[in-house]
Amino acid sequence: MRHAADRQGQAPAKTVLEPAEIRRALTRIAHEILERTNGADDVVLLGIPTRGVPLARRLAERLEHVEGRPVPAGSLDITMYRDDLRLRPARALGHTEVPPVGIDGRIVVLVDDVLYSGRTVRAALDALGDIGRPRAVQLAVLVDRGHRELPIRADYVGKNLPTSQRELVRVLLTEVDDQDAVLLGANLTATARGEEAR
Amino acid sequence: MNRHLISAGDLSLDDALLILDTADELARMSERPVKKLPTLRGRTVVNLFYEDSTRTRISFEAAAKRLSADVINFSAKGSSVAKGESLKDTALTLEAMGADAVVIRHSASGAPHRLAGWVRGSVVNAGDGAHEHPTQALLDAFTMRRRLGRLDGIRVTIVGDVLHSRVARSNVLLLSTLGAEVTLVAPPTLLPVAVGSWPCSVGYDLDAALPKADVVMMLRVQQERMNAAYFPSVREYSRRYGLDAGRMALLPEHGIVMHPGPMNRGVEIAAEVADSTRSTIVEQVANGVSVRMAVLYLLLSGSEVTQ
Repeated sequence: MRHAADRQGQAPAKTVLEPAEIRRALTRIAHEILERTNGADDVVLLGIPTRGVPLARRLAERLEHVEGRPVPAGSLDITMYRDDLRLRPARALGHTEVPPVGIDGRIVVLVDDVLYSGRTVRAALDALGDIGRPRAVQLAVLVDRGHRELPIRADYVGKNLPTSQRELVRVLLTEVDDQDAVLLGANLTATARGEEAR
Repeated sequence: MNRHLISAGDLSLDDALLILDTADELARMSERPVKKLPTLRGRTVVNLFYEDSTRTRISFEAAAKRLSADVINFSAKGSSVAKGESLKDTALTLEAMGADAVVIRHSASGAPHRLAGWVRGSVVNAGDGAHEHPTQALLDAFTMRRRLGRLDGIRVTIVGDVLHSRVARSNVLLLSTLGAEVTLVAPPTLLPVAVGSWPCSVGYDLDAALPKADVVMMLRVQQERMNAAYFPSVREYSRRYGLDAGRMALLPEHGIVMHPGPMNRGVEIAAEVADSTRSTIVEQVANGVSVRMAVLYLLLSGSEVTQ
């Protein structure tokens, strides 16, 4: 991922979401979650590392702000469930932190920065199955850039971003990158694609 | 990372930390109701054990199975080796069976190194002669980091039969990479000749070393190898180099006691010390599985690219 980012640094990148737009998108998603789940009673938010985790935390803050009670948020690393482990060098594992309430019988909302091929979400569903049995699983993403390779769709989308497969979408978040922005870069080789598909 | 794990000395600081961090995450996953991960599905791990070993073999077997790899156990007793097959021929047989990793324990130092030249898969050294036992050193470092919170700058005293110990050598190499200070304490007869070139200091007085030690690691007195009169008697050894409750009290408050097992209670370690809260001996076994999972995962995933 870092490798792709370095190349990204050389290519001209266009900002497609400003900090205020990211903020508004997350607020809207939070309200949609409340509507669809009748007040987020049984909701557990699980962010997919790296950038899904701070997004899940931000959504939890907004839900708490509106409903006046805490909504559990955690993280779910999917590295060991990826379908491309054989194809690339071993990766370091991310952190999995399931809230103490667990996920059995709850509505799990998976949170990720970019939805692309859908393979990350497929892996996340497998990982969830080894932790417990949620009543329902939903998906929230900040950016949906299309080009799905699996029958997967998001329940909550911050922004639909039509892209070509040669382009690279980068989400920057203050917690990880010291600034909020969504960037769209061009001129990338096909090899960058898998790195950013997560 | 290298494709093989033969010596703890081959690991860079980054490699070692990657293994320990990966093991940390895997240890947390082992607390879940479903402990199995699909990561190495379809891969084959062969346990090739020329020496008896229960805990190491079981530990590797559990690690490989938790990652969904297929495990083939090959022990020298009652096999083609007993009929005189050479290591190379055995290796070629395993190769033909499609082994993705071979975990080897052998009485001859250097056997894993030779094996690595004959097979296409990864070779993991599970103990070769008096040479090395890198996964033991990794699990020891992992245990220390969990108990003490860090490895950089900690002081580790390793006590006992360093001469015959592959555990001691691997620990010295790995711990010095990780920034720990290692002191070996042993009767002069049980230190290797070349110990002066190891990245550690050497002492002969256990009581003097204990007050400064964050970790004291007791090595097993390998009684099967004690036929050359390295010390006058077991009692004499135990009095000077054994860890009893009185000696343990000399450790700083946070100091921990480790032992790679199997223990000789009453020889190098007193029963009350082995069973005390400072002892990490049972933890070491549990941590062994997580560390070996990390090693197998890091060696095997993505390996098709390098081949």
